Formats: sequence, C-alpha cells, structure tokens
Amino acid sequence: MQWQVTDVPMNTDNGDINSEEYTPIPKDQFQEELVIKPLHSGDIYASFQFRTIWDTDFSHGKKGMSHYRLFPKSLGQVISKFSVRELHISFTQGFWRTMQWGQPFIPAPPGAELWVWFQDSVTDIDSTWKELTNVLSGIFCASLNFIDSTNTVQPSASFKPLGLGNVTDHRFLRYATLPREIVCTENLTPWKKLLPCGSKAGLAVLLKSEKLFHSSYHSEAVHIRTVCKDWQCKSPAWELRQSLNVVFDLYTSGQGKKEWSLFKMFSRTLTEACPVASSSKVYVDVTDNPQGELFDLSPATTLYSQAVVLGDRRTYSVYDLTKPETFGTMRSLNPLLRWKADAGDMLRPLLHGERYVAGFGLQTGEIHTLIYNNHPYRAFPVLLLDTVPWYLRLYIHTLKVISKTRDNKPSYIHYQPSKDRVSSHLLEMLIQLPPHSVTEVTVQFERALLKWTEYTPDPNHGFYVGSSVISALVPSIVAMDTNNTQERPLFSSFFPCKEESSYFMRVYTEPLLVNLPTPDFSMPYNVICLTCTVVAVGYGSFYNLVTRTFQVEEPSPGLARRLANVIRRIRGVPPL
Amino acid sequence: MAAVELEKERGRSAALAIAAVVFMVGIPLWWKTTETYRAWLPYAQIQELDNLQLVLNVEVEVVFSPGTLAPEQLKKFPFTSVREQEHHVDANTGLKYRYETKYRTATIMEVDALNQPTAQDADLSLHMLTESVCGSVVVYVIHESSTLLPKEVKAYVGHRRTALLRTPPGRESGSLKGFLAALDLEVKQVVETMSFSHQDILGALSDRVRLAKVSKENLADSLRAIKSSPGYEITFSLLNPDPKSHSLHWDIEGAVHSYIQPLLDKLAPVANFSVDSQILHYAMLGVNPRFDNNISAYVLSEESLAHVINPVEARLGSNAASSNPVLNFLLYIPDAHHSPLLIRDHNRKMVPSNAFHSPRWGGIMIYNVNDLYGNEAEFPVNININMAKVMGIFLAQLRLMLGIQQGNPPPGFMLQSAGNAGVADWELDRLLWSRSVENVATASTTISSLAQLLDQIGNIVINDNIAKQVSSAVTSLQAAVAELETGNLDFALQYSREAILASERAFFDPSLLHLLYFPDDQKFAIYIPLFLPMCVPIVLSLLKIVKELRQKRTEKQSKQD
Repeated sequence: MQWQVTDVPMNTDNGDINSEEYTPIPKDQFQEELVIKPLHSGDIYASFQFRTIWDTDFSHGKKGMSHYRLFPKSLGQVISKFSVRELHISFTQGFWRTMQWGQPFIPAPPGAELWVWFQDSVTDIDSTWKELTNVLSGIFCASLNFIDSTNTVQPSASFKPLGLGNVTDHRFLRYATLPREIVCTENLTPWKKLLPCGSKAGLAVLLKSEKLFHSSYHSEAVHIRTVCKDWQCKSPAWELRQSLNVVFDLYTSGQGKKEWSLFKMFSRTLTEACPVASSSKVYVDVTDNPQGELFDLSPATTLYSQAVVLGDRRTYSVYDLTKPETFGTMRSLNPLLRWKADAGDMLRPLLHGERYVAGFGLQTGEIHTLIYNNHPYRAFPVLLLDTVPWYLRLYIHTLKVISKTRDNKPSYIHYQPSKDRVSSHLLEMLIQLPPHSVTEVTVQFERALLKWTEYTPDPNHGFYVGSSVISALVPSIVAMDTNNTQERPLFSSFFPCKEESSYFMRVYTEPLLVNLPTPDFSMPYNVICLTCTVVAVGYGSFYNLVTRTFQVEEPSPGLARRLANVIRRIRGVPPL
Repeated sequence: MAAVELEKERGRSAALAIAAVVFMVGIPLWWKTTETYRAWLPYAQIQELDNLQLVLNVEVEVVFSPGTLAPEQLKKFPFTSVREQEHHVDANTGLKYRYETKYRTATIMEVDALNQPTAQDADLSLHMLTESVCGSVVVYVIHESSTLLPKEVKAYVGHRRTALLRTPPGRESGSLKGFLAALDLEVKQVVETMSFSHQDILGALSDRVRLAKVSKENLADSLRAIKSSPGYEITFSLLNPDPKSHSLHWDIEGAVHSYIQPLLDKLAPVANFSVDSQILHYAMLGVNPRFDNNISAYVLSEESLAHVINPVEARLGSNAASSNPVLNFLLYIPDAHHSPLLIRDHNRKMVPSNAFHSPRWGGIMIYNVNDLYGNEAEFPVNININMAKVMGIFLAQLRLMLGIQQGNPPPGFMLQSAGNAGVADWELDRLLWSRSVENVATASTTISSLAQLLDQIGNIVINDNIAKQVSSAVTSLQAAVAELETGNLDFALQYSREAILASERAFFDPSLLHLLYFPDDQKFAIYIPLFLPMCVPIVLSLLKIVKELRQKRTEKQSKQD
C-alpha cells in the first residue's frame, strides 16, 4: 500500500510555547572521551568511552522507563523486561599483551564475555538468562545464543557488582564466555547505533571499521550499572558505559617510523563534538615526556590533567572538543605525535598471568596457570577463576599451587564439579601471592569422548577453554581517589575504589585451545555397513542351515568302474 | 524316498516360518522404531471450521416514545421480530446476520430523559438509566416534530450504544405493516452504522476471501488498519536531524498521559498496548526536498513520500522485549537549512496537517520550527514542541491504524464526534465486531493450513504440546463462533483472541522445524546392506515353494485326467 497524506482537520490556533519560557532540565546526560596512550612497544592504544547517565527508576515496572532521550531504547527495554541490575558485555578480537602494553583501562577476554546481575525479584533466573542472551544476540548480531547451561557459571567471589547495591548472593549472577566468538563489523554497527549521535558527530566519527579491525587488538564493550546520582548518593541513576579499546601497530605498518596522528590511525579527523554531549574530550598520555625530550605533540595544548589510573599518577594533554578554539583555523583537530628518542623499558606490570596446556597424547593433559607478582616487597591475595568445559574432566585431587617451590595453600576454594553435557567446572581460589614471585597452579584433566553430533564444525581445530580471570586488589604506589562521585575522567572511574592504598585490577589469561580425540566422521555409515554385513552373513548361514534339505546321495561310480561297466554291458555281463 | 520327502517338507516349512517371522515381527518392528511421533489432531473439527459459517447476532431494542404510535397500533404491534440476512461469500465461507429486534414503549424515566433540551443531554441521561450490553443497540423512536434534533437530521447516534430516530413519515396514512417496513429500513441503517455493515465484515474476512469480492474502498480501510494482534507497541520517535541548531524538548510523558492513554484504556478489551518514545539525532529523511520559489518553502510531493522513511527505519529499532507489531509515529523537525518543509498532495495543494501515514506502519508528522528562531538566531535554539498540535494528528492516525473508521454515515445521520476518550462505545463495538470476525477468520485459516501441512508432510514430528495448542485453538474457535451466534460480543472477542494466540503458537512452534528429513537415496544406502542379503533368500525360497506347489497341482490334474 502506498503512503497517504493524513487528512485531518487542524485546529488553527498556533499555540507554540515560546522557546525562552520553559526548558525542562534533562534527566540524562552524555559524555564522550578518547584516551590515546603511546605504548612502550611502539604501538598506540586508543580507548573510547561514551557514558550516558539517566536518573530514572527502572525497577518500578514499565511506567518509569518508556520515554527515552539519550539512553538507547533497545537496552532500556532489555533492562526493564529482564529486571537486570547490572549487565556487562564485551566483544574482543585479539589478546591484550599485558607484558608489553601494561594494563588496559577496561580489561576483556578474547571472544565474547557476558555477565549479568539480576534483581532479587527475578524468580526463574535460568530461563530469564536464556531469554536475555537470545535478545542480546539479536541486538549485537553475535552468537550469544550459544550461551547455555554448559558454559554458564555462577562465580561466588570474582564478579561482584560494580555499581551500587551490596549484593553478595551469587544466585543472581550469571557469567559466560564464548572464546571462539569472532568480532567484526556486524558487531560494531549495532554498538555504534546505541550512541545518541550515532557515528555522525563527535568522537564516534573515528569509528570506521576498515581501520578499527586492521589492528592488533580490538575490544568493544557495553556496561550497564547503577551509580550515584550526585555526591550525596541519595538516589541511584543508571549508567550506560560503552567502551571501545583498540591497539594499532603503526610501527610496522608505518615503515618503521614512530609517529602517529588521528588521521593515520582512523583516516578521519575530528571536527566537532556530539551536540548532545555535556563533555567531549581527547586525552593524550604525556606522562613519560615531561620536558618534551621523548616526543613532540602538536597542536600543543595548554590544558593538562592529572589522574590516578591503575595505581599510577599520569599526566594527560587534554583537547576539549566543546570549545571552538580547539579546532583552530583548520576547523579540524588532528593531534600528531612524533617520537624523538627511543622510549625506555616499561615497568613490569605488578600483576600478570599466563596459561598453557601441557602433556602429550589425546587422553590426559595438564593445565598450568602462572600468576606473577612483580611487586618488590608486598604480598597480596588474588582471586583466580577458572571455568573448564565438561569435556575436560578435571582431576581436582591433582590441584597444586606452588609459589617459590613451596606449596601455597589457597585460603578459599570454591569448586563446582561439572556434569556431562549439563554444566562446566567452576574453580575459584583465593591465593596469597608472595612478593616478587611466580605462583603456578596446575591441575590434570582427562579428555572426554564426545558424541558425534556434539563436535563443532572443524573439530580438528581444537576446542576453546575460556580465559582464567585473576581479580585482585593490588597495592598502589600512589594514593587512590576513593571519592567515586567526583568529576573524573571516564577512564579512571570504571572500577570503584574503596580504599586509598590499593586498586582493583582484573587480568585475563590466554584462552586455551585443546585437541580432543576426534573420530572419522564417515564412521557412522561405516559402522552401519559393517554391522549390516555381519548380520547378513550370520543370517545367511543360519538360513541356509535351517532351510537346506539333507539327503543321502549315492556316491557316483568312478571313471574306471564306469568304463568297465560299459565294456561289461557290451559283453553282456551284469555290471559291477 | 519318504525320508527325503520329509526332509524337503521340513526345509520348506522352515523357509515359510522364517518368512513369517520376518513379515509378522521384523517389518512391524522396523516400522514402529523408525516411525516419527505424531500426536492426534482433531482433523474432523478442523475440516468443519475450514468451512466457516458465521452467524452474527445483534440485539436491537426499538423504544417508542409517547406520541409516536397510536394506542390501537401499539396493541397490534409485535413484541419481537427476527430478521435474517444470508450472504454466500465463497465456496467455504458463509455469513448470516440475525437482527433480533424487540419493540417496547418508553418507560417514564426514559420519557423524562427524552424531554431534555438537546440530543447530547438526552443521550447522557439515557445512558444513566441502563447499562447497555456490549454489541447491543437501542434505538429510541421520537416524534416527527421533536425539537431534540435539528430539522434536517433524521437520526442521531450518541456516544454510547443509543440512537435517536425520527419516526419515518407516512405513519397516519399507511397501514401498520407499511409503517413497520419503513421503520425497519431506518433501524437497519442505524444498526449498520453502529455495529457493522456487510462491507466491514467482508473487509475483516479479507484473509480468507479472494479480494476481488471486496470493494476497493473497504479494502483500503481494512489494509490500512493494522492486523489484529493480542498486543501492540506504540512508539513515538522524535527525529532531530540537526541537533546542532535545534535543542528540542517534548513533554511526551504528559502528552501520552492526557491524549493517548484515555483511548488506549478504552481499547483495553481489544488488545494490550504499550507506549514508549525515543529521540533520534541525525535521523535524515531519504528524500531531498525541492525548494519552491513561489511559496519560499521546501516541498515534498506525495509521490516521493514512499522513499522518505527507508533510512530512518533502520534506526527506529524493533522492540527487543516483545514480538508484537509496532506502530511508529515520527515527529520530524526539518533541519535549519531545509525549513519550512511542506507536503503537497497529488492535486498540488498543501496538506494542512503536514502529516502522512503508511498503512500498518504508522505516521509521520513534519513540524516546522523556523518561525521560532527569533531575530538573534543563536544556535542551538531551544524549542518546546506543542504537544497538543502533534498529538491531535497522531491520535487521528492512531485511530486509522487501529481501524476505528468513521465510515460514511447515510444522509441525514448525525454522529456524535468522539470526546476526550477518543472513541465512542458504538465505535468500539464496530471494532469488536470486525476484530472478532477477523480473528476467527485468521485463526481458522492458520489452523486449517497447519493441519493441511502436517497432513502432507509425514516426516514432521507432532508433539503433544502442539496437539494441545491445536485443540485449544479449535475449542476457542468453536466457542467464539458460538458466542458470535448468541451475540455476546465481548466473550466472542476474548475467545477469538485465545484462538488466534493458540493457533499462532502451534503454527510457529520451533519443534515443527525439526523436520526429520531423510532423503530417499540415503535411506536406501543405509537399508540395502541389511535388507538385500536378508530378503533375497526369503524371496527366492518363497518363489521356489510357489513353483513347486504349482508343479504339484498340474501333476495332480494331469493324473486326474
């Protein structure tokens, strides 16, 4: 049917409210931010964060939240329909190399990760979780619908809510990873659609997939949680934080020249802030360059900001996009950084983890997890979370934790054994890491034989085991800022900080790729054929035996006798 | 020799026994183990429903106010009469309208009510007196010279389920029969306005019936209205293509509360509605409007409207939390460089509402703000949108989408325009009638095509859940048809909604997708290694036995000869 003009009598009075008369105070605000950090390896780390804060009450049914301004409607509907308290989802391509790059602002494991805290009002959490994953897979065009009970766990300590509300009952938590998930443009497009300005204005114009996916590491995430509305923290507000972290290897792709600019990284420059954003800033990390002996940054900015990030005080050059003078005469902003000298060695990150599979053959194996504490004199505890699929049967009695060649007994172990085809292993441990040490956690496993329909496509590629998660309160060198409501750059305010002397940190290890005994897949037909042949042969001889008639047959006379008889007949003598 | 014969006989019976075991035990066992599970479905009842014979029953009450009938006429007047009208729509759809008319004189209270100065007051006070049943119609026949209605008005339809009708002329002269016939004709017109006309019902049946039979205008009406569904999502979107120059504020919460919610509350029996709104920045239309020098405005022609929406639609987003159909209402604020933006219809005239709608999708209104810039155009301009103006348009479009059409009243009819509630009782009744019929038609089509499909493809597993859904759909359908026949409109709608829900659930059940499809060549490949070596000796020995029997018989015969 075609479009039709609506034919409605109009009331002619044109009672437009005068624009100056009344402007309501918006209940939501939007901030955008880009941090660029030159890494010691010569790579460039760019971290986008977009934050929407909306003080509305999702918990009171549908009434409160059906009118959206800056908050995306699709996510709002998800929150209210599934009574979500907190939702964290990330899609990552590539692995964050902590030893070369230091710590990311928002860590994420390779593949997809989803963890959700539900409200206490949800009664059937498992079915809600199933529905939620299906809806999210539709929103983000990802295979989150493959999340089922076999890869969902309920960690008891590692994943505490990051927002308000001190829930500890982990019945309301669900955590799942899909290490095999491949992230690409089709995930980026719906992610960009959630931004109020889309990719039309503001920092999001830089997010072009042809550049973003031509990188060493790409991670996009959505974090929804409740935060304090103001410094008094009397009422909560919803916070949607969209983050995108990317590491560019400009050193090798730029003919060995160590310089970068916005245009080189994203093939775009910035011309304006998103008009609905209350703040829009670009930060460039210049901590290592106090006197300008290491690199040149142009255009120079007079605006500097100091922030305490991950236990370190950093200095940043700030470009404020809401101010027209930032763009200069060219009407565009394209920060350019040129290295003059080689950067020194990076400080080893205080906490770092590694994991690998040892052993040979296709029957048994051993998972080794190494946790490094590089602090020279402080010991601190870490929480290690391991989820292992059911088809690797852990021998939990072989669990060994060794640091500095001595047995290190974990002070807390939470182990949930797997059930075949139903749930996976969950192992959580609280381990005290001695100063300047490597702690090795080993556990042996046996590989299970799968049913032939359970193998994934291309089974000889191997089966993924999700990253281990190491969560820790790391002792800080500088005093951390515990006032979470104070105006701070977005990148430094993701993990809430409760005490001054330490900061929260999460490290993901590599995912594992384990080979399982894989059969020849034409086997079922061969088996059928073989069985049928055996049955048929057996049946045939049986049939023969039963239906054959046996009778005594006179042995036929030999050739000599027959000849003799012929002669005897001629002679007229009776035959023999 | 006898021993040999005996041995041969034993071999033969052994072969026969094995053949018997294979055929009596083996083949049934194989059949049973490879069979797909198919629960029983009420095919006979579905067949019955496929041949849909609907009876719609309307209860009409005709009340005579004093002075309209002479006492002697009154005595001879029948108390009730039933008029039936049958339509044969197509080979397996039939319609029968039954109007049960009751005649009575007005009570004293009603006479009082009818003595009110205006028709509106009379309508209101008549409503106070009785609670009318959903789907019924009460016609008050008033005196020819009554001042209740303006001179040229023959009949008046109020907010509720009552109508006032002027006595048709020729009462004194003609016989009672003639008067009755004239009255019936008028009453029929009133009832068709207030409950349903044949065209409405045909439009509602458009799913089943071939479209050629439905008149074009009704087709447009029935296609404009969104399909009957248990729930609807109504989304209001404010499109701001130019947030740099316009900072927009709309009090959508208040507007929905005061304009949309009353209508939706009234429509609650028809479906569940949920309302939400969003603001989309940088949402552009798909067409570049042309500048018209004569009126110094940008102009969209009616033909280009079809292309306007495509780029916006991708950003509107579907509802993540439900699968109900979505009705979109977009308010588009043209950017500063393209204002004012006007719509021109096919007669090259400006459209006063500056709005347009697409059937079953929603509507768009273009809201020009360029006269609010003031002298010192300092961007962004703060703009408060006049929601009364916007909601007037959206409400009208919503009524169109939901299928509350005014229709064309017959000459001399005065229809009370809907008040704040947005919909009159009789308009609701009209909607209920056509929705019930539509639901029944859709559900019966769904169920019968599902039954047909399942019948045709023998490999589909029919599990108990589907069987349960199908039979509940069938029972609800039968109940809905029965309720329509007795004239219980609200129950009919309720049952028809249940029927449509159950039938859709059955039709779209994911378990039906697990079609156990075994291609014949693969089946043979699996079966031949087993079946060939087993069957060949059995068949051969059976052939041998038959041959021997035949030989024996011919021998016997030749001996006898």
